[in-house]
Amino acid sequence: MSNPSHLSYTAEHEWIETRGDVARVGVTAFATEALGDIVFVELPEVGSKITGGESCGELESTKSVSDLFAPADGEILEINSAVVEDPALINSDPFGAGWLFEMRVSGAPDLLDAAAYDALIEE
Amino acid sequence: MTSPVPTPLHAIHQALGASFTDFAGWSMPVRYGSETAEHNAVRTTAGLFDLSHMGEIEVTGREAGRALDRALVGRPSKIGLGRARYSMICAEDGGIIDDLVVYRLEEERYLVVANASNVHVVAPALVERAEGYDAVVRDASAEWALIAVQGPASPAIVAALTDLDVPSLKYYAIDAGTVAGVDVLLARTGYTGEDGFEIYCEPSSAAAVWEAITEAGTPHGLQPAGLACRDTLRLEAGMPLYGHELNRDTTPFEAGLGRVVSFEKLDGFVGDAALATRREEGPRSVLVGLVAAGRRSPRAGYAIADPATGDEIGTVTSGSPSPTLGRPIAMAYVRPDLAAVGTKVHVDVRGSREDAEIVDLPFYSKK
Repeated sequence: MSNPSHLSYTAEHEWIETRGDVARVGVTAFATEALGDIVFVELPEVGSKITGGESCGELESTKSVSDLFAPADGEILEINSAVVEDPALINSDPFGAGWLFEMRVSGAPDLLDAAAYDALIEE
Repeated sequence: MTSPVPTPLHAIHQALGASFTDFAGWSMPVRYGSETAEHNAVRTTAGLFDLSHMGEIEVTGREAGRALDRALVGRPSKIGLGRARYSMICAEDGGIIDDLVVYRLEEERYLVVANASNVHVVAPALVERAEGYDAVVRDASAEWALIAVQGPASPAIVAALTDLDVPSLKYYAIDAGTVAGVDVLLARTGYTGEDGFEIYCEPSSAAAVWEAITEAGTPHGLQPAGLACRDTLRLEAGMPLYGHELNRDTTPFEAGLGRVVSFEKLDGFVGDAALATRREEGPRSVLVGLVAAGRRSPRAGYAIADPATGDEIGTVTSGSPSPTLGRPIAMAYVRPDLAAVGTKVHVDVRGSREDAEIVDLPFYSKK
């Protein structure tokens, strides 16, 4: 399993791709494999404020349901309506078409680089 | 903690890229790829399961049937040769110790198949309950691997590999024969709501049986299938799972399975007094099916409330998005006065009240 090196990660298995103060967020392939087939996703509303480390949505698979944790403080700018329509995209392309939302990041979140995240999931 | 035990097919599962889960002390394949695809394969073509974790207990002897009549809630002495029955073993207070399939292999030889998590309790209980009878109880779990082929294509797949006459093997029947040249017990039983077979063989032969079925089944669309889809398949079929719908605090009457209890037995049976009382008084709660109105699924342990009063009236025992129905389904115990089909309830899904309706079980029946 390869975690793209241009992304940053959280210990809760989200990835975050930062472009200036705007960031795109998704969950990692490791997370989707642990969850199994995702059948329902609940995302934060556009315009809502989220707080790093706190739950901002959920991912439901046939076997379980998991909280989606905000990777950083900030405001939701856009959600990926394609994954709301077809949550299987999150399984099939977690780092690409399966992205979840874009946010404006405030402050400097504490994130892992790909090597540190690789080491975390090796444990 | 001891490390989980691999089944005789572990290397094959690894080569297929399975994800594993620890289940009742065993390392079991939970899925090979997509559990939804595996679920759909069983509903439309066929799925291949490794169930070698299940417990097999042999009961033999002149009074084997009579001893089992005493030990279980059913009447194994009345099972025809080569036939099977679903049954349960209960405690003196009527609580369910396990649910079982009992096969009558010969006049004086039975195979009792118990859940992996319970075989270490069931086997000693059967030994104790058979005392005084001319019968021998033996935990033979280590001598049997179990492979299931389930789904509408399974009769054609198995027929191509066996010397037995598949069309004449009825539902809940078993016969000794060969599959892929290997000596097996071939049973037309399962836990998916589909037609299918369970194949008992020696652990050393399991890989040969698995590979022959894979080869014969692949052109039909057969896929290897893990425990994740086994759970959604049995839930859609309204089949109870021990530890969820069935446990020591539940009797067969709560579970809607009073029909498996037979009070007309020569020597009575363990739990008969308590179960007769429960039959008389009626169950304290009733097992029902739920369909959720929204997309969030009820899950085991979630509370159920009466929307009119807000009173808690029950608890979810199993729940999942249903691949076949495309909506969340659940089984739950609710108060008997609020258990009628069509009753609207609220399920507390992680703090939010979600609408659901009580429906008939099963959720799915094969055509």
